[in-house]
Amino acid sequence: MLEAALSQTLYGLSYGLLLFMLASGLTLIFSMMGVLNFAHASFYMLGAYFGYQFSVWMGFWPALLISPALLFIIGAAVERWGLRRVHQWGHVPELLFTFGLSYIIVELVQVIWGRTAVAYRVPAELDGPVAWLQGLGITFPQYRLFMMAVAVGMLAALWLGLARTRLGLVIQAALAHPQQVEALGHNVPRVFMLVFGTGAALAGLAGVVGGNAFVTEPAMAGTVGAIVFVVIVVGGLGSLAGAFIASVLIGLLESFGKVSDLSGARVLGWLGMSVAPDHALQPLLALSLSQVAPVLPYLLLVLVLIVRPKGLLGTREG
Amino acid sequence: MNIHLALGRLAFAALTLLSASAFAQTKAVPAAKAATVTVAPPQVVKVAFVDPLSGPFAGTGSSLLRHFQMMAELVSAQELAGPGIRFEIVPFDNKASPQETLTVLRQIVDRGIRYVAQGNGSGVALALVDAIEKHNERNPAQSIVFLNYAAVDPDLTNSKCSFWHFRFDANTDMKMEALTTYIQGRPEVKNVYLINQNYSHGQQVSRVAKEMLARKRPDIKVVGDDLHPLGQVRDFSPYIAKMRSANADTVITGNWGPDLALLVRAARDAGLKAQFYTYYAGTSGTPTAMGAAGEDRVRMVSYWHPNIAPGYPYEQVYLDYKKRFNEEWFTVASFTSLAVLAEGIKRAGSTDPLKVAYAMEGVKLNAPHGAIEMRAADHQLLQPLWISSWTRVGGPNRHDIEKTGFTWKTEAAYATDAASPPTTCQMKRPPRTP
Repeated sequence: MLEAALSQTLYGLSYGLLLFMLASGLTLIFSMMGVLNFAHASFYMLGAYFGYQFSVWMGFWPALLISPALLFIIGAAVERWGLRRVHQWGHVPELLFTFGLSYIIVELVQVIWGRTAVAYRVPAELDGPVAWLQGLGITFPQYRLFMMAVAVGMLAALWLGLARTRLGLVIQAALAHPQQVEALGHNVPRVFMLVFGTGAALAGLAGVVGGNAFVTEPAMAGTVGAIVFVVIVVGGLGSLAGAFIASVLIGLLESFGKVSDLSGARVLGWLGMSVAPDHALQPLLALSLSQVAPVLPYLLLVLVLIVRPKGLLGTREG
Repeated sequence: MNIHLALGRLAFAALTLLSASAFAQTKAVPAAKAATVTVAPPQVVKVAFVDPLSGPFAGTGSSLLRHFQMMAELVSAQELAGPGIRFEIVPFDNKASPQETLTVLRQIVDRGIRYVAQGNGSGVALALVDAIEKHNERNPAQSIVFLNYAAVDPDLTNSKCSFWHFRFDANTDMKMEALTTYIQGRPEVKNVYLINQNYSHGQQVSRVAKEMLARKRPDIKVVGDDLHPLGQVRDFSPYIAKMRSANADTVITGNWGPDLALLVRAARDAGLKAQFYTYYAGTSGTPTAMGAAGEDRVRMVSYWHPNIAPGYPYEQVYLDYKKRFNEEWFTVASFTSLAVLAEGIKRAGSTDPLKVAYAMEGVKLNAPHGAIEMRAADHQLLQPLWISSWTRVGGPNRHDIEKTGFTWKTEAAYATDAASPPTTCQMKRPPRTP
């Protein structure tokens, strides 16, 4: 029983950390530039496809480096020649721009790689369960552990970059007081370009790592897109730490929720009550937690918006 | 600055062009090349193809459209409906939604098309049957015939059967009958775990599996029965962990698309040794996603697979299709539905839907996979079924599926009779002359 709970925790954590890789880029872009990037999940998908393509050509490890680099260039280009021009008309055109971009990317991917899944595989070195965990009676894939390590490494690098480097300080300053920073002689548009590129690169990294753990197909952007927005709203828009907590929370919620047979009828059973099989509420009470598990993150979203609109660690209202 | 501006515009123009061409590709209908030598102008029978051509299921839908287009060329070239009668497929996008399908049906009627082919989603099929029943009752002169090539809800040929509906796939009951008969002879199956998508099809699979296992192998324990939401689960590992702690040695699932591929890969990653008995492991994209993860782990019940017998009829059609479209010819119902329709037209000597529908009842043909019969009582096609396993290409199992290096190997074959449970349909037929 303990083993089962431990392995569920590990699975939840690894999924949560992947979500965090995605959410960090999105929340970074939002906090720096005030742009809610709808194309973010499409960058994730592009990362997965690049990861697949470069692993076919040169192997997984070069792909792990090249794809985020490519995504950085694409992200920076999108900011430089797209968003920056749209920016002057306000936030709604920006939103619409990224929204349209997400569709274009999905179509492009379908033109290049087709409409069905591509054969993107976990590298042979990381195939198979973790030996020392198996000794404890837990079968956990090595690749999942690698995914977690990449996410944690990324979090550390991001935090160091933002808090401990000169560039990080400029970025933070540009976020709060763009005019003053510009007056001090810093090129604020270039900082924005850098931030957007970095956000895209982070999504690309998540794509390379997540694409082979799950499935690389044109629908992947759509399936993951909604949940990432839940993460950043629950965590608090613009808060990196909040996104981290929310990602792990949602990962665990999904992992444990999926396998729980808990239902309303059961809880009533523990309380010594029973429901007649023909009772009007019976279908609702018979629903087990596992059946409603995928709705739980959205339920959390609604609850957070009602109780604490700024999110867990957010600083601004709404 | 000007150069930048121009570059920016160019980039956008290129993007727009590319996306426009993508759009054009989804809608493009390769024109059937009809080399007609007949004196009389060729008669064209139009068949509306109604399935998702955009959205998440576009991959499945557009692949099936290509199936139908090539089969229409084949059936036309072979003149199965009679000399000079040609078939043309007219695609309609229903976005996988029952609501959208009904809108599309109106367009089909307005364009004078009398035959409709649909398959993805029993929910859509049920809505379509209902709408066609009503339409035909009110407009007998413009009756519509529904060729259902893949919606497998048993109700469609039992409690909700319709004279205007013909099904060319084996339904859930038939496939489960074959699957459980196979399991009956395998004593190593002790603990069965059911996992299905939470909608009509998945619920049917779960219900029928429990019912038939209890009848055929009462000693088998059903150690799990999960329904998960359709197309929303990205990580199946928690389910796999649950299967392991329930000691499942066999998993039965009606899942399709990513829901199946992700399930199998999660099982492999976690080193779960259970056997997976599936309905749809062969559909487009799933073999690729499965790859080596499915080896000796995945079995499939289906009315066809490319290695059913060396040199079977239409093996060349399979190869031609594969060569032309670079994808698998899996849904043989695209052929059987058009072939039975053609035979009906030939027997009726007319393309009038009412006459053709009557003539299609009881049609017997030799299809690519053996003898088939359109059962008159419920309009369910009777056909053989196979249980196959995912194995490395080799020997008689020679057709590499989606370049994975793996293919389907026959484990058991069930003749048409063995795979055809009786029906409860009380068919209401319209008068032969309206």
